[in-house]
Amino acid sequence: MTDTLLALDGLTKAYPGVIANDGVSFRIAPGEVHALLGENGAGKSTLVKMIYGLVKPDAGRMALRGAPYTPDRPSEARTNGVAMVFQHFSLFEALDVAENIALGMENPPRRRELAASIRQVSHDYGLPLDPARLVGELSAGERQRVEIIRCLLQNPRLLIMDEPTSVLTPQEVEILFATLRKLSSEGTAILYISHKLDEIRALCDAATVLRRGKVVGTCVPRETTAREMAELMVGTTLHTPERRHRENGETLLELRGVSLPAATPFGTNLHALSLKVQAGEVMGIGGVAGNGQDEFLSVLSGESLQEPGRVFVDGVDIGALPPQTRRSLGVLAAPEERLGHAAAPDMTLVENALLTGSVREKLAPHGLVNWAATRAFAARIIEAFDVRTPNADVAARALSGGNLQKFVIGREILQAPRVLVVNQPTWGVDAAAAATIRQALLDLAGQGAAVIVISQDLDELMEIADRFAALNAGRLTDPRATAGLSLDEIGLMMGGAHDMEVAHAAQ
Amino acid sequence: MAGISIELLLASLMVAATPILFAAIGEMVVEKSGVLNLGVEGMMITGAICGFAVAVETGSPALGFAGAALGGAGLSLVFALLTQVLLSNQVATGLALTLFGLGFSALIGQGYVGIKPPPTGSLDFGPLSDIPLIGPVLLRHDLLVYVAIALTAAVWAFLRYTRAGLILRAVGESHDSAHALGYKVVRIRVLAIVFGGAMAGLGGAYVSLVRVPQWTEGMTAGAGWIALALVVFGAWRPWRVLLGAYLFGGITVLQLNLQAAGVRVPVELLSISPYLITILVLVVMSSDRRRVALNAPAALGRVFHASS
Repeated sequence: MTDTLLALDGLTKAYPGVIANDGVSFRIAPGEVHALLGENGAGKSTLVKMIYGLVKPDAGRMALRGAPYTPDRPSEARTNGVAMVFQHFSLFEALDVAENIALGMENPPRRRELAASIRQVSHDYGLPLDPARLVGELSAGERQRVEIIRCLLQNPRLLIMDEPTSVLTPQEVEILFATLRKLSSEGTAILYISHKLDEIRALCDAATVLRRGKVVGTCVPRETTAREMAELMVGTTLHTPERRHRENGETLLELRGVSLPAATPFGTNLHALSLKVQAGEVMGIGGVAGNGQDEFLSVLSGESLQEPGRVFVDGVDIGALPPQTRRSLGVLAAPEERLGHAAAPDMTLVENALLTGSVREKLAPHGLVNWAATRAFAARIIEAFDVRTPNADVAARALSGGNLQKFVIGREILQAPRVLVVNQPTWGVDAAAAATIRQALLDLAGQGAAVIVISQDLDELMEIADRFAALNAGRLTDPRATAGLSLDEIGLMMGGAHDMEVAHAAQ
Repeated sequence: MAGISIELLLASLMVAATPILFAAIGEMVVEKSGVLNLGVEGMMITGAICGFAVAVETGSPALGFAGAALGGAGLSLVFALLTQVLLSNQVATGLALTLFGLGFSALIGQGYVGIKPPPTGSLDFGPLSDIPLIGPVLLRHDLLVYVAIALTAAVWAFLRYTRAGLILRAVGESHDSAHALGYKVVRIRVLAIVFGGAMAGLGGAYVSLVRVPQWTEGMTAGAGWIALALVVFGAWRPWRVLLGAYLFGGITVLQLNLQAAGVRVPVELLSISPYLITILVLVVMSSDRRRVALNAPAALGRVFHASS
């Protein structure tokens, strides 16, 4: 690897109050798969946005194939052969695949030719895709294919991928990697951002580690252990959550044939879910996003009501009870969307503590808010879960994602629930905080609560769950003990790779 | 019922529907870009007085309509500035725009009460307009009636077949995604808002120059609100909006005729019938919630701020 495709030299970008990137320099060669590692807030996203022309650097230089490179906007980056697959997909649900792809191109051909070239490229790279389908109807894996094919149609020299595997099944990850390796062998460089160190070790030729906006190290992933890389990212040593030995408890939560029609055009219908969770058990629910996770949580939290005889806690039929009544019975939930669902963005942490805590913590006796007690409750959450905030009176939206996540999870755990349902408890939380949250969930189960963890992070589920079941198109598989469960088996439970194997076999 | 001529009824239906159709098609484009402008009524009445004043001063109805479009567009630019640049709340700003338009038009219109505007001529289709039924109903109108229908077709084709239309829909569907792909969300929305304003202005001028031909305060009488409702219940589809406008126009004309014929139904009931029936029909037509949600711009009314 003698020549250089893209050279970054001293890139710096500051936002009010924080330096997102501080003198970042590294080089990528043609055909190289280069990993960019770092915790949340380490500045990875800002860096790739500068390369893609969405953000202008304050200082520093970029050079592409030796020539100065200063993209003013994404279209300029695309003309220069730089393409990007976004972390939160940049897709339009109500438009079809071909329209979505046309929107990401500079001079899209006519629809018929475009559809033909989509079919061609998707066949060449083993990513089957029907140009006429609405994106809103596609699975997360298929949506990512739309983004990738949009990039591939422009013959990129550099492909930026921001957390591409967080929503994929293990089989889909394998297929994505096969595609990326093929691209790399054709000379396309790939800048790969991920938290998942095992994937980086399997895929990448080189890695640059960012911490608080600075390059703190580089390594060759194949020759470095995942733990070494993690500690380089965090800057401290990590501790792994411990699981205590558990004895079989009574069945605490039971679902009997829960069905639910979707509330939105792109929601998922739930079909006859049945499940028993014991006291003291952590039940892991896996599955690719959009397979009914939100709906499942809403059934348990009380946002969606059920007919009698469907949902029982301790033998009490709670299916038709509203959320506050369920809270008084000890059934609590922490939904995935932090801003706007788990917390009210423009209200303070104290007020947010009141919103779900008022019943169990008796913060509003006789309808009058006891602000002193509420403040104390908020302070307890902040203290116990190490929420980094100037004080409890800042608005929820001012907190970083990880800190707010610690707050909303801590708020439910401190209310000593009997049944706790959490969706994506460590989404976007850095490794140290994730370990804290996982430990707290395990401790809660240790005290005899039934804990249901819905997550797309399989490593997380394997680490803390006693049993595992997968949601697939609104259906729940039979739960299986996590001990001894292989990644392949899990992948099949999650619905495999949506007809991808067939396509690869056909080549 | 004997006094009601079917030919006349159908012909005046098209005239009654035209102002609403203009305003509704304009608003549909605005909403497709993700902006909810509740100021349609205000922009219509502003267009009505601007068009009236220009036509009276110059003696040319054509210049009057041009002035109306400019007036409506000008007022909508205020809305665009407030909501797109200063990020104000779209609902509140739209309501304010309506109140402002009503007051502003009353102020300008003070000198124009009781004046007759120059007449807007009908198109001459020659012998074609003597064909029984078709001639009198379809072919004896002024140009604007046909322009409104052509506009519906043009907007339909624009949204469906052109790249610019695709970008407009994309911006209305997800402004964050559109921004990430490098589209100028604010610029596209401002253009859509100005187009909507110009169309509402034309609709207003059609009321004051053709339908009523005179100026009275508040003469649009809620047509802007009906246009807004048509967009929603027509599920953001141009031909359904046209259907709704014609339905509303038809029932308006019919109930006026019934009133004149002295039918024994309370006048109040007759007067609300166009609103009631149009909305009922469109509600039934759009009862499939999932299909409507598919057509509804997902980012409608949400404030866009390029944070990164």
